[in-house]
Amino acid sequence: MGNIKTIITFALAVILPLLIITIALREDKTENQVLLNLQMEFPVKHQSGTDHGSMEILQQDFDNPHEITAACLSCHTERGKEVMQSAHWNWEREAYIPGRGVTYLGKKNLINNFCTGIFSNEASCNRCHIGYGWKDKTFDFANQFNIDCLVCHDNTGTYEKARGQAGYPVMGEEGPDFKPILASVGRPKSENCGSCHFHGGGGNNVKHGDLEMALLTAGRDVDVHMGVDGMNMDCVDCHSATNHKMKGRYYGTSSENTQRAECTDCHTAMPHTNNKLNEHTIKVACQTCHIPVYAKVNSTKMSWDWSTATRLRDGKPYVDLDSLGNELYTSIKGSFGWHRMVTPEYTWFNGTADHHLLTDKVDVNDLPLKINKLNGSYDDHDSKIYPMKVHRGRQPYDTELHNLIQAKLWDKEANMGALWLDLNWERALIEGMEYAGLPYSGKYDFIQTEMLLPVNHMVSPANEALSCIDCHTREGGRLQYLTDFYMPGRDYNATLDTFGKYLIILSIIGVMVHGAIRFVAARKNA
Amino acid sequence: MKETKTVKAYVYKGFERFWHWMQSFLILFLALTGFEIHSSYSLMGFETAVDLHNKAAWAFIVLIVFAIFWHFTTGEWKQYLPTTQNLKAQAEFYIFGIFRNAPHPTKKTVISKLNPLQRLVYLGLKILIIPVMVVSGLFYMFYRYPQAGTIQSANIEKLETVALLHTLGAFLLIAFVIVHLYLITTGHTITSNLKAMITGWEELEADTDAEKENKKNEKEENNESK
Repeated sequence: MGNIKTIITFALAVILPLLIITIALREDKTENQVLLNLQMEFPVKHQSGTDHGSMEILQQDFDNPHEITAACLSCHTERGKEVMQSAHWNWEREAYIPGRGVTYLGKKNLINNFCTGIFSNEASCNRCHIGYGWKDKTFDFANQFNIDCLVCHDNTGTYEKARGQAGYPVMGEEGPDFKPILASVGRPKSENCGSCHFHGGGGNNVKHGDLEMALLTAGRDVDVHMGVDGMNMDCVDCHSATNHKMKGRYYGTSSENTQRAECTDCHTAMPHTNNKLNEHTIKVACQTCHIPVYAKVNSTKMSWDWSTATRLRDGKPYVDLDSLGNELYTSIKGSFGWHRMVTPEYTWFNGTADHHLLTDKVDVNDLPLKINKLNGSYDDHDSKIYPMKVHRGRQPYDTELHNLIQAKLWDKEANMGALWLDLNWERALIEGMEYAGLPYSGKYDFIQTEMLLPVNHMVSPANEALSCIDCHTREGGRLQYLTDFYMPGRDYNATLDTFGKYLIILSIIGVMVHGAIRFVAARKNA
Repeated sequence: MKETKTVKAYVYKGFERFWHWMQSFLILFLALTGFEIHSSYSLMGFETAVDLHNKAAWAFIVLIVFAIFWHFTTGEWKQYLPTTQNLKAQAEFYIFGIFRNAPHPTKKTVISKLNPLQRLVYLGLKILIIPVMVVSGLFYMFYRYPQAGTIQSANIEKLETVALLHTLGAFLLIAFVIVHLYLITTGHTITSNLKAMITGWEELEADTDAEKENKKNEKEENNESK
């Protein structure tokens, strides 16, 4: 009997503390196998399976780019039909939006708060369309010879679409040398994508803030994937394509939660060795912690006030620059705000969005007007917290009919009603809305608008990711405005905390008073 | 005050003392880390605090499992059966009698070490506060909503209720510790209760039953130390 007791006592006194200490000190030291696998997989660079330089059909002197397309399609016979089904071609997607039904929305018909929209400005804006000749509503989307293969597949970096030419390159003597371009064609490089996607909004890094020329030359500190001193990945390594349909969406124009390029496509849903971090991925998008700042190299446009446009200095239009060379004011576009190293704003997002259409009514009691509405909330199981660039604008709206107005901004020549040439709002608005086929009362004012652009690029190295206290802190945390849920470290119940504080204080006072009386009483009795 | 004959008794067994001190250490440590997580102060950093708080929580749960086992196998759980006998007298002692050097109204014996107030408060701790802390703590730990992939979770819609309950329990425990620490000094002498919880031995009022119990325990103590 005694022996058993001794053994039990020994077990309790020695083994139990050891057990507790072991549990307490147990650390996960597992390597991040997922990351190691990716590091082996991605350095293998794509090799072309064909020498296009030896193909007879590509040796001709082409007079017009449609012939080049025809030459491509003579071998790649079905690719034209593929391309014509893509959003890159159609600039719209078929999408079901609750409350609207099946919609066909995209750059083709949506309004934004940068240059506002393409209606009546196609020949300029549509330089960035993957086709030739979309200068007005007559463009033939069913003609596959209108496709511009080279803007994506030129691997020399010398092909370029001309300004104001509706997507055509300069041809002839002045134009690019097509022989080497055609010999080089292959998988798109980041330069190809960047020729348009880095310049959205009319200049480098203007629109997105996380997509810009610097990505082609910067190191891992700017973008851990594309860093030239790192994995040096191309856009299409993540934005892969099947039959010319690219993975990835931009929610200034997209509406549905499909065909997205996700971090988890490569990194899996359990990317951390620390489980506490893996648990966070249920409610927090990877980007939220791993993109602590964007616009790391060049500034991005954060605000655009159209209402100040058309001013003159000494009777002439003018431009004001800041110390970094960013335009603070131009007579043709108005005033801008620029920022570098921007901290994102955060919102719940489930991958679905709605958009403010030109035909939608403006609610002047709910400003700023949301140009795009990203759906999501804490209670929605599909939502996660995402980082956003919020672009704030002031743009024209119809004070009688209560809708936003599309202005005519561009034309080849003056006195055609284009704002950028004539600096006349009244005429530009009339021309723009007439082209769009929409009514306009003739009375306008400027209204505050907001666009949310999810930040997905410029992922920082892991050691620069956010840490706990960036959010789990009482005041001024990253998520201080996202208040539809309880977050430890930030939230508390004021009544409960006051109760607790007084409970502790009164307990202390109580025992002190009791002790003091005992002390005095004991001396009296003694 | 009349002289009472006292006798040394082995009141707190080895495991009981180990359990008591481990529990007190863990509660203080959990409070220290817990209120950092609550952002009441910044000491070791949020991340470290969470990590240590969770580890200490598991240690506490292990300890509780052992303690429950001990209480039932030794029959010590009966010490916590509430009684109304002497309850009023005990309360009056703390409010009046203690200042007049009146005798303790409840006689402490080995088979009944707790006065009626202690019985009530400790029972409340055991069946209310500690379980609330453990259960809300586990929900807190496993709160991941909604379930996703292979990550296990307890599906609770809102963390708020769980978190506030856990906070309330923490405040009550702190208040308990403060009062408890003070009441240690209200034993036969100022330090007799503390000494008893460290050594297990305490001077108890002489009582024939107690002496018998005492002798039996002395034998056990000798066996244990062998």
